[in-house]
Amino acid sequence: MRVLRMAAAAVAVLAAVGGAQAKDWSKVRIGTEGAYPPFNNMTANGDLVGFDIDVAKALCEEMKVECEFVISDWDGIIPGLQAGKFDAIIASMSITDERKEKVDFTNKYYNTPPAIAVLKESKLAGTTDADLDGAKLGAQSASTHSNYAEEKLSSASLSLYPTAEEYKLDLSSGRLDAVIDDVVVLSEWLGTEDGTCCKILGTLTPDPVINGEGAGIAIRKDDGELKEMFNKALETILANGKYKEINDTYFTFDVYGG
Amino acid sequence: MVVWILSGISLIYYLGSNIQSTFFQKYWFKFVVGFVVTLQIVSVSLLIGAILSLVIALARNSKQKIFAWPAYAYVYFFRGTPLIAQTFLIYYGAGSFRHELEAVGLWTFFREAWYCVILAFSLNTSAYQAEILRGAILNVPKGQWEGASALGLSRPVTFFKVILPQALMVALRPYGNEIILMIKGSAIASIVTIYDLMGETRRAYSRSYDFQAYIWAAVLYLLIVETLRRVWDKIEARLTRHLKR
Repeated sequence: MRVLRMAAAAVAVLAAVGGAQAKDWSKVRIGTEGAYPPFNNMTANGDLVGFDIDVAKALCEEMKVECEFVISDWDGIIPGLQAGKFDAIIASMSITDERKEKVDFTNKYYNTPPAIAVLKESKLAGTTDADLDGAKLGAQSASTHSNYAEEKLSSASLSLYPTAEEYKLDLSSGRLDAVIDDVVVLSEWLGTEDGTCCKILGTLTPDPVINGEGAGIAIRKDDGELKEMFNKALETILANGKYKEINDTYFTFDVYGG
Repeated sequence: MVVWILSGISLIYYLGSNIQSTFFQKYWFKFVVGFVVTLQIVSVSLLIGAILSLVIALARNSKQKIFAWPAYAYVYFFRGTPLIAQTFLIYYGAGSFRHELEAVGLWTFFREAWYCVILAFSLNTSAYQAEILRGAILNVPKGQWEGASALGLSRPVTFFKVILPQALMVALRPYGNEIILMIKGSAIASIVTIYDLMGETRRAYSRSYDFQAYIWAAVLYLLIVETLRRVWDKIEARLTRHLKR
């Protein structure tokens, strides 16, 4: 009996979700990770800050909708979107073919290359696969950078870490010879006290298949209307200087990319 | 019962129909690698832990305070703190003492994540195993010691030939539980870059967002636990054959 009742409840929920055809977008919930400075992170007071957050707020203002942020683990962020816990992901998510199978993306809102950081006294000469032959390379798991290392830098031995914090520890202790991540994320770390051990060896040429076309806003596949709203707002803030204003509060260079 | 059989059949059908899927083709090898890593971590650290636990259990039962107290503190610490914290502490803690460790020549050991994991897991399981063993030894009636001594057996011979075999009978089931806990606990190794079965599962899921990753993992874990359960039944039957009427 209980099983039957649960099944009935499940059917009712599915019907409710599926039935909401014409959606009312006066309120949009935005999923983000909150652990990826300087793009999205939490202050000591628990406030969300960062480039992604400011862009999201500007877009919401432009679309004249009310936005609410929802924090999610990186591993579970796409399932969270599909389950309807939020309506869009603005969390520096790269637009890749693998992800496109599950969700839809708006146009990119920034595009920065990956880079490799090493200890200051490192003897590594360059960032090619041959240069890194036999080197121990660290990356955050489930990131496009770990995929890049797996496929393009296969001569190096790759170690995967749950967040960026752990590979930073292992690079400074000398367990790793090099780490790979977004150039902006690495530069931000090297600018802090903990980052004095290390330097950027060089940036890498992004591979469009692995790294995608840059970071975009992920939307559920059946929410085309919301996607168009975001794209239009993005165009507007790029044109009216609002984007540049946000860009300049965080970076000394243009992150939008070519 | 019918519900269980039906869901079992549908699970097998589901998995069978997915053998050809791109998910399976792409990730099956990773699952095998993770499976082997899990077995390696668990078997090596259980073995080291078993040897350590014998010493600790003896020290813990000793009447000499100088042995009993450190053993008590050891067990208290390793059972009282989570394995994830111990692994983290040993791995990243050692990382921040690199120069001191280099000076005493231990850095080559602590540099490797694999050794750190084995160390953390061995120390942890030895504390649990020591408690299992201690309880089991205390459970053997005092008359057994007295009887052995009346026959003129020395204490070491009494311990290894008379007491320990009887204690192991009692300890067998708790040992089985400890092994199962270790198998599931080995997922912790992935925070220090050793990807076991659970680590590989999460990796496959985070790339494919395909839920069957977790179903395959569950099936593989069940396979290990079921094998263990059967082996344990056999061992128990063998150890207690003199008690059968």
